[in-house]
Formats: sequence, structure tokens, C-alpha cells
Amino acid sequence: MTAVRVPRSERRSATWAPDSHEFPTRRYDLVKEFVVALGVILVLTVVAALVFSSPDDPAISLQQWARQAPNDVVATATGELAGTTTSATYGPPYNTAGDGQALGPVSLQKLPGVTQPVDPANDFVITPLRTLSGQPVVAAALRQWDAASPDQRMAWAQAYSDALGKAPDGDPAKVERGSYGPVPILAIGTLALANSGALEGLLTSRTSFFGVNSTKPLLLLADGSHLEDQARAQNLGGDQWGIMNETGNYPGQPWLWLYTFWYQISPFSTSDNADVQVWALMILLSIGFICVPWIPGLRTLPKYLGVHRLIWKKRWRAGGRP
Amino acid sequence: MSSEFFAAAEPTPAGAVVQWGFITVTVANLVTILVMILVFVLAVLLPFPGSHEEDEQ
Amino acid sequence: MSSQPTPATPATPSPGTWTARLSAWIEGLVPKGQWLPDRQPAYVASWIYVFGVACLASLVVVIASGLVLTLGGLTWWHSSSLGRFVNSTHLWSVELFFATMVIHLWGKFFMAAWRGHRGLTWATGALAFFGSLGTAFTGYLIQTNFDSQWISTQAKDGLNAAGIGAYFNVMNVGQMVLWHVSLLPLVVGVIVGLHLLLVRRRGVVPPIGAEAPSDVAQPVTPERPEPAVSGPSAPEPSSVPDESRPERAPTGSGARP
Repeated sequence: MTAVRVPRSERRSATWAPDSHEFPTRRYDLVKEFVVALGVILVLTVVAALVFSSPDDPAISLQQWARQAPNDVVATATGELAGTTTSATYGPPYNTAGDGQALGPVSLQKLPGVTQPVDPANDFVITPLRTLSGQPVVAAALRQWDAASPDQRMAWAQAYSDALGKAPDGDPAKVERGSYGPVPILAIGTLALANSGALEGLLTSRTSFFGVNSTKPLLLLADGSHLEDQARAQNLGGDQWGIMNETGNYPGQPWLWLYTFWYQISPFSTSDNADVQVWALMILLSIGFICVPWIPGLRTLPKYLGVHRLIWKKRWRAGGRP
Repeated sequence: MSSEFFAAAEPTPAGAVVQWGFITVTVANLVTILVMILVFVLAVLLPFPGSHEEDEQ
Repeated sequence: MSSQPTPATPATPSPGTWTARLSAWIEGLVPKGQWLPDRQPAYVASWIYVFGVACLASLVVVIASGLVLTLGGLTWWHSSSLGRFVNSTHLWSVELFFATMVIHLWGKFFMAAWRGHRGLTWATGALAFFGSLGTAFTGYLIQTNFDSQWISTQAKDGLNAAGIGAYFNVMNVGQMVLWHVSLLPLVVGVIVGLHLLLVRRRGVVPPIGAEAPSDVAQPVTPERPEPAVSGPSAPEPSSVPDESRPERAPTGSGARP
């Protein structure tokens, strides 16, 4: 039987489709389908949980850091006093010591200002040391530090930092003689505080009792190299596609592949503003992804890819007319 | 109680990794991705039970 | 098919009231009988279609296991073997949630499932994906272990660079735990609810290239007599359940290629 078809040019849009309710139907138990799916997922979940469990690499305490990498602690404390660590030069939202990243002329990082004030030298080193009592050597070092000018303090700290860099293994005991003022005592005092297990509390809950904000101890720990060394050993480093990964042999977050991909390639891999650039790019792509139905070309692409012919193996006509 | 929270002396062994050019992917993630692709392919190829014409009205 | 009782007094509120308008709007969201129909289009016949419901089922298990974790508290799973098991179910149900979601997404892309005014269905699905990413991210942050230490100190740089870190502090466990267990699940739940509503409102998208009866006009010179029994007499926008349709011709199943 011949039939006259409505010309394609009279169709309304490239994404037109007939009304789904005009097609032949068959009985289907949606609730049963959901219950079966729930049962299957539950079984898979429980079996996987029993067989594989879940990773739980314990947190690195500051005491752990002090015991496993004491030279790193001393070098980090020195860097805080010298104002050269990541935190000390970060900029907003922690301080105004740096400009942060920019996207062309726009610095989104600076817009909100300093909302979480952190003064690394005082917050991480000086103030915790002031809580010590019965430590005359530390007390004397703190008096010397207080009496010095900012330039003098920086000169001492920078000199000690350079000396630590030259010492074998960065070992404070093997540092060359020099003019470092009270910095060695302050840095080694910080190591002792960390070793005692008291430092997290001093940084988190000293004045608030309830400490639920771990910003300060985390910033301090991340200023050193020990945390990153442990992370890289688990393939979690940025240039190891680490954003996708999990500790041990567990699957991580493979759905983040595109986010980490950009960091691996030029120009992002060598850009000082890589983070904001990748963010901007991913936001653009995400908007594009949400708007696929309205993007010409993309919205009709599946028709030409042909995978749908495997899903709908018959030619379907509403009303059942051949 | 705090002792359970903190790192033991030996860290967990790192997972195996596959390197292909500039791409580095853990074996666990690679297996996950391959299984997902396989499941997708099977889902579109395998016949679905109950799609009989007699049921259709 | 109506078997509704005849009320002695008007069953509906006075038209024009806020209640009446809301009631009418709610009723109009989904075609009559389509909230939970027991029939579906015959072209819905592929295993790819189960991944949407599998994703939903995974979400139920994710939320249930998460609720059990909240019973024990934030650090319970570090020191309790039962807690560790529940944490494992939470992790693996999340992996299944994302795996089924992505397979569902692949299927919907290749089906161009946004056709027929279903753009918002696709968009809410995409938003649910991004919302889930954020929720999972905050979950990783509140593990209170080495992974959290690393992820938080790394992620802060990206968020700070975008200006977001000033208000969303990934190193603040107190803030992150509330976002993860309260705010974000609510947001994702609302988006998923909208997504499901839209699927029910529009129905499952017909196959690419499928034709509606209105596109097939009467033949000008029929080569053989008209069939005795025809399909639906008029292509109505259907809010009428299929039981009310006239009986079909035995061969008229639309199966001819």
C-alpha cells in the first residue's frame, strides 16, 4: 500500500519525535523491575563489601610526621618563619601575601578577599611555642624573635633555610655555623611540639574547645614534603592522574578522567594559573554537556553514529501500520 | 582510641599502574572502565526477554 | 473506564483558589495514568533500559548505607568492624551508582533521548550527574583519613583559584560533613525527583526514525482493500490508557521493517 508521507521540511525541528503514547504497548511491571534492581544492587554491594572491603589509610598525624620525617618538619617550620612556604605566599582566602591565580585580567581568587585568615609564621610556629612553660631556652628564643625587626627575622630564617638545604639530608645537626638568630631553636621547638602529639590541638581547638576545622594543621602538613611523598607513593600526585585514583588497589573516581586530563597536557601542565584555567574550561564543557539537546549538530549526531539501531532493532511505527 | 586513627609504620602498598604514552591509569580503574564498556556492549546486543509481539496491543 | 464515586458535594475545591490551582497543576504534571503505569511502549525492549532503574536502586542503597554510617558517627568506621563493613557497602554502592549512571548516560546519548521535548529530561540528568560528583567529593573529604588529608589539601587550590574556596572550605570537616549528609543529598534528591517526573511526563522517547500515524496519510490509490480492522482511529495526544483503544489487527504490530 502506497502512502504519502509528510515531507521532512514540514517537521517542526531537528529533535522532533512522535508522541510515545501513540505506540503499541505491552504489559510491564515497573515496581517489580525496581524491586529486582534493588535486590541485584544490594547483593552486588554486599558481596563487594565482603570481598574487597574499603581502603582506610590512617591519617598522618603531626606526631607521625615528626617521627617519620623530622628534617622535613624543621625545614617547614623554618620556611613558615621565612615566609617562603606555600601557605606563607598563598594569598586569598588565607592572607594577602600573594596574588593567587588569574584568568587573564580577572582574579576570581582575590574577589572574596581573606575569609579564612591564616598567618603561618605566628599561627603554626610562634603561637604554639608560646604555650610552652618550663622551657627557658624556647622562651629566650621567643623574646629574641619578638625584639627583632621583620627584616632581621626574615634574614635569619632565610639563612637557616638555605643552610638546611645545603646540609646532608637536611639534617639540622649537620648545618654549617651561621647567623640564624633564634630560628633553629624555634624550628626544632616546633618539631618537639609535633612529636609530643599536642600540635594538632594547639592549631585547631586551642581557643575554641571544639575543633572541627582542620585548616591550620592541614596547611602546615601540606607545606612540607612528607604528605606529598606519601601521596605520590600511592599514585595520587597531580601529574600521575592522581585525581582519579584511590590508595591501594582500589578503583578511584574514573569519572574524573576529563578533569585531570587537562593537567597532563600543555599549556596547563606548565601554567601557574592551571587550576583556574582548568576550572573555567570544565565549567564551559559542563554547560555544553547540559545543553546538548539544543546544540545543532551535536543534538543530531546520534542518528549518524547508528548505535541506536542495535537498541531498536525493528522499524517502529505508531499505530502499527506497515 | 586515637591509636587506630594514625598511620602505622608501613604504608599500604601502592596499586598497580598501566602507562601508555602520557596516560597513566591504575589497573583498578582500567578494569572498572573496561567492565563498564563491556556491560554497555552486552546491554545493547543481548536480546531482552518478553518483547513478544503477541503481548503488544 | 471511570469508576470514581459520584460525590454528594463537589470533590474539587472552588476554582481560582490557590489550593485548586496547585491541585490542578499537580494533576497536569503527568498524563493521567502515567505516574506508575503497568504498560509501556513496546519499543522499550533492550537491556540498556534497566540502567536508569539500576542507578536509582543504587542511590537507594547509597542513602541507606549512609544513614547507617550516620548512626555511628563520623569516625565510627575506623574503630568498628561493623562500621568498616557499612562503609564498604557505602563505597561499593557509590561505585555501582556512578557506573550505572554513566552506562545509562551512554545509552541515552546514543538514543538521542532528548528528542520530542525531552531536553529538560537530559538536562536534569546531567545536573544530577554533576550534583552527584559534588556529593561524592564531599564524601571523600570526610573520611577523616590520609585520603581526606591529601584530597582536601589538593582540591583547595582549584577551588581557591575559582573564588569558591573562600566560602567552601574543604579542610573544614565540620562544614564538609554537613554538606555531604544534609545539603547535597537533598539537592541531588530534588534533581533526581524532577528527572523521574519528566520521564513519566513525556514517556520513554520513541526510536530514532519512528513515525507517528499523523505522518502516514491515507493512500491515494489503494492497491488492495482497506484492512477490516484498523489501528487507533485518530492520533490523540494520549492521556487515555491503552485498554480503551480498539482491538488491533493481528499483523499490525509495527514490526514490519
